[in-house]
Amino acid sequence: MAAAQDSFDIILTVNGVPVSRRVEARQHLTDFLREELGLTGSHLGCEHGACGACTVRVNGEIVRGCLMLALQADGACVETIEGLSESGAIADLQRAFHERNALQCGFCTPGMLVAAAELLERRPGATREEIRTHMAGNYCRCTGYQSIVDAVEAACRERARQRA
Amino acid sequence: MKAAAFAYAKPSSLAEVFDLLEQCSGEARILAGGQSLLAALNMRLAAPAMLIDINGLAELDGIAVNGETVRIGALTRHRSLERSAEIARHLPLIRLAMPHVAHAAIRNRGTFGGSIAYADPAAELPACSVALDAMFRIAGRRGERSVPARQFFKGLYETDLQPGEVLLGADFRALRPGYRAAFLELTRRHGDYAVAGVAAHARFENGRFADASLAFFGIGARPVLAARARAALEDSPYAPETVAAVQSAVGADLEACACGDLYHAATTKLHLARVLAGRAVHALTGA
Repeated sequence: MAAAQDSFDIILTVNGVPVSRRVEARQHLTDFLREELGLTGSHLGCEHGACGACTVRVNGEIVRGCLMLALQADGACVETIEGLSESGAIADLQRAFHERNALQCGFCTPGMLVAAAELLERRPGATREEIRTHMAGNYCRCTGYQSIVDAVEAACRERARQRA
Repeated sequence: MKAAAFAYAKPSSLAEVFDLLEQCSGEARILAGGQSLLAALNMRLAAPAMLIDINGLAELDGIAVNGETVRIGALTRHRSLERSAEIARHLPLIRLAMPHVAHAAIRNRGTFGGSIAYADPAAELPACSVALDAMFRIAGRRGERSVPARQFFKGLYETDLQPGEVLLGADFRALRPGYRAAFLELTRRHGDYAVAGVAAHARFENGRFADASLAFFGIGARPVLAARARAALEDSPYAPETVAAVQSAVGADLEACACGDLYHAATTKLHLARVLAGRAVHALTGA
């Protein structure tokens, strides 16, 4: 067992790029992404898991970046909004957000997109009610949710149509 | 806010966990999913000297069905419970509860054991464990012991876990023929902590209820098993008089322990508990 320490060397993959850094034990994943790697697309709203603005993918699953220590991502594969945008993986979802006016200030949007992307991949046939339930973990303080649900629904329908 | 500085260790055996817990003598916290603990650290509601990360203990993770017993390891993620065909088949109450446990991103990391050991009065899994009369498995330096869920929750965030001990998981009795489950909760936003909720389990055969367990949460400092409601349901048919009797019994069961929170008075919670009781009785008929 590694003895208890205040800082650790970690190696992980972020958006396909291998990264190694020394991190303080107390640093959470979102601060690591923002402060150490300059990936400021993951936002910090509440910093206690309520708002969802910090949502990222770790080993393919969405998580709250503020509720995971950076050192717990040692060996993991992390994907942020920057990676998902650049790869084109969610271009259809982003287009739907644009077309439906699903953002105003944009602060919640990266978290919204990362959360919605999971639903898009796993259950593109989701009903409006299921979309609302899935997106309930992400707060928006300006647009309201109607247009966000509209955008996610439109992207879901399009993905389902392509799969058929 | 940011967490205060702490040391971190990731042991690879329970013996090492016990060593670390002893070394820190009350200054360490065990880190499982971290979905409540890291929030508390970020808000500086807690500032332990050390986090002992038990995510390296693979033996604490998983769901195992052995005859009539379903064993859930402390490190089993909420998402695993939610997606498990065995849980859906043998412990439908837990299956029904899972979508109410926070949000998808939190269920991906949050653990069964974390929810039980943290003992939030509004959390779903402690109430399910009480309703289903689960047995919790706890280990310490001197060996293992078992504690019934119905004796484990002592008060607000207070459990029977002693310093130096670790929750290993829980054993549940698999669903028996004729038994049904109902899980209902009221929240301001789907996935938030419950304003009031009920985890219910009963036999409903030939039009009559028997052996009912209704555990209410979000009402008092810990999950509360409604004894008078159980009596009101015993050998009763599904009828308006039964529903009224159960609702009245629930009021009596919960009156002494109901406490208000920032947004809801105790009387509001009692009212909501009676409303949920009525809905739960209906849901237990499976109709």
